[in-house]
Parts: sequence; C-alpha cells; structure tokens
Amino acid sequence: MGVKFEIKNLDLFYGEFQAIKDVSMDIEENKVTAFIGPSGCGKSTFLRTLNRMNDLIEGVTIKGSVKLDGDDIYRNIDVIKLRKRVGMVFQKPNPFPMSIYDNVAYGPRTHGMKKKSDLDEIVEKSLVQAALWDEVKGRMKKSALGLSGGQQQRLCIARALAVEPEVILMDEPTSALDPIATSKIESLMEQLKKRYTIVIVTHSMQQAARISDNTAFFIMGEMAEFDETNRIFTNPRNKRTEDYITGRFG
Amino acid sequence: MGREQYDEAIGNLKSDVVSMMENVEEIFVMAVDSLVAQDIEKARRVIMMDDEIDRQMERIEEDSLELIALQQPMAIDLRTIFSIAKIITDLERVGDFSVNIAKETMKIGEEPLIKPLVDIPKMQRIISGMLRNSKRSFIDGNISIAYEVGEEDDIIDNLYKDIYSEILIMIHEDGRYINQGTKLLFIGRYLERIADHITNICERIIYIYSGESANIN
Repeated sequence: MGVKFEIKNLDLFYGEFQAIKDVSMDIEENKVTAFIGPSGCGKSTFLRTLNRMNDLIEGVTIKGSVKLDGDDIYRNIDVIKLRKRVGMVFQKPNPFPMSIYDNVAYGPRTHGMKKKSDLDEIVEKSLVQAALWDEVKGRMKKSALGLSGGQQQRLCIARALAVEPEVILMDEPTSALDPIATSKIESLMEQLKKRYTIVIVTHSMQQAARISDNTAFFIMGEMAEFDETNRIFTNPRNKRTEDYITGRFG
Repeated sequence: MGREQYDEAIGNLKSDVVSMMENVEEIFVMAVDSLVAQDIEKARRVIMMDDEIDRQMERIEEDSLELIALQQPMAIDLRTIFSIAKIITDLERVGDFSVNIAKETMKIGEEPLIKPLVDIPKMQRIISGMLRNSKRSFIDGNISIAYEVGEEDDIIDNLYKDIYSEILIMIHEDGRYINQGTKLLFIGRYLERIADHITNICERIIYIYSGESANIN
C-alpha cells in the first residue's frame, strides 16, 4: 500500500504558542487514519495542515514538510488545486442555503464544469457514493436545509466527493449526529476508502476503533503514538496512550 | 458508572478470580488427600464444593460481560477482562478434574491400594504450588513467576510418564491389578491435564500484563 501523505518534522505555531511539535508520520493510501487525543492536543490543527486550512488563520507559522504523493504542499502545489485533491468535511453539517443539486454541483461549477449533462452525472455519482441518492433523488431542487442532520452531513460528503478528491479529511464528522446517522456515515467510510484516503479526527474512541486502520494519539501538540488501530486499542506501547484510552488520563 | 467505580469494578472482578483460584486449589488438594487417605467423606465434600466453583464462574462471566457491554474497556482493561473470561474456564476445568479424582477415590473405596502412592502426592505438591504461584503472578502482575510455572509443567509431564509405565508393568504382570490400576492411570492423567490448564492460565496472565501471546505449554 502506498503512502499518500508524508509528514516530516512538522511544527506549527499560533504566534508564540507551539500547537504542533515535531510530528512525523506517513498516511497510507486507501486507508482510514484516525487522530485521537484530548481537546487542545493539536489533532484538528494537524488535520488542517493537510490541506492548508491553517493558512487562513493569522499568525500561523509552519516548519517541516508535508508531502502529498511526494510533492511538498507548502512549496510545490497551488492551494486551490490542493484543496480540490484534499477535501474536507466538518463537525457540523454546513450545507449551503441552496438546493440539494446546487450544493453538490457547487464545486464542479467552481472548477469550470458547465455542461448540464456532465453536472447531472457528477451530482448523481457523488450522491450515490455518499449513500444519499435514494433518499433525495425525487427532491433535488428542494433546499438542502430541509434535510435531517445525518442527511446534511452525507450531502456535505457528496459535495466533497463531487470535485473528485483523492483524500477526504473529516473533523469529527459524526459528533452532531445520532447513532443511526453515525452508523450510516461509518459504513460509508468503509466504502469510500476503496477509492479515497480518509483521515478523521474523532473524540469517540469507539469510533476510531471501529472504522480506522491506523490511529495516531496526540497529546499537548505531540504525536505520542501512531500504530495499527488494533494494536493501539489492545496493547498500546506508550503509557500516555494507555492512560487516555482507558480513561485514566490526567 | 464513573471512572472510580469502573476501576473498583475491575478490582472486584480480579478479587473474585483470586477467590475462585483459592477455592479451586482447596478442592484440588482435598481430592488428592481423599485418595491418599482413602477418605470417602472428604471425596464427597470435593464434589459438593465444586458446585460453588461453577457458580463462581458464572458470576464472574456475567460481571465480565456487563463490564464489556457498559464500559467498552480498552488496552490493559480489555486484556484483563477478556483473559479473566478465559482463566475462569480453565479454573473450572481444574475443579472438574478434582471431582473426577474424588469419584475415582470413591470407586476405589476401602480396597487396599495396589502400591504405595509416591508420585501422585508429589504431583499434588507441585501442582498446588503451581496454583499458588499463578495466583501470585496474577495479583502482582509478575510475569516471570508465570513463566516459571510453565517450566514446572514439564516435571508433571515426566511424573505422569513414570506413573504410566509403572502401573502398566504392574497390570501386565498381574491381572488382578487391572481394576484399580486403570483408576490410578486415570488419576495420573487428570493430574497431568490439571497442570496443562494451569499453564494456560499463566499464558493468559502473561497476556494481561505484557500484551504478548506466550506459549509456555
């Protein structure tokens, strides 16, 4: 299995404050990689370095390198192209206040796709992949805001898929959803990893255990441990990881 | 359940296993004592006491299942609870073999023994030491003790081989020894199996505290 992201000695500062400390890791292609750790440990910040979302925050400086398929994303890749290749889904479903169709067509249109038949095809394909097509195919022109929370989140995943990315970053994608909607998203991830590389930040250790192949544990800006998920949850090597996942942290 | 109560629940589960280990050791020693002293009453008590061991196993099983369902244990907690579920099955088997020994004792009854029992009491001493040491290893998390118990299993295997050939020769030489001889052969076999179950328990203890699967049998 190939390496999708190769991160070397990454430091990230918010002004004077160092939020990420010397993190190096390889993220494997077509796998689900989970980041876990207590609040403020740097896991979401680290996730956002993978598609340069931190660039939008003032005072952020980054050292080290993040390579996507061997190219340094902070030096050799245009940020717009990067974000097309590395899509993102956030904690709260954030559909645009427009129709279901237009939500999914938004990305392809931005990237220059105009022909209706092409757009129809990509919208349907993305909704099918996001396991939402059957539920919305009869009401494509209706507002996306009328969907349930779980449907909205799958719509956001469809919207991310519509620009045909290679990687999908998910920042606590199910923390606002009920168990049934969560289970749908989790099954979806299992399907999606066949085509995409998925990186997910989650506060639910059970979720990380259920869906990911590899898990990284972050604490105070450091990556304390990174290993196969089954190893992390049955026999972690690091005492801090063990304390955290057994609930004896702090 | 808060974190403290969870820790307490795991602690209680471990104490219950220790108590089951002690009960198993007690009926095991009693079973062999009943044979050596040809004490039918003691053999009967072994059989009765085994029922309590079975109930203990069921209670620990239920408590383990409940902790897994309600607390989703991870890492050492998961290894502990999962291994406990395996350990109690081995302990219960040791109890059953002790009952088998008691039943053979009752069948032999007051009929004079065909030979002085030397190796069987020796096996009893070694096995009860193995049980005590596996308990110590479990309580202290000391895996080197568990590995040592595994080595003692070899001594038991050799003693069983000695008993086996000795009784076989006796039976071969005098047909009147067949009846009691086969009973003593069975008892030797039960003792050998008991030691195997104790090494299984030690492998589980090593897994709990190191996360590594050991094969010491």
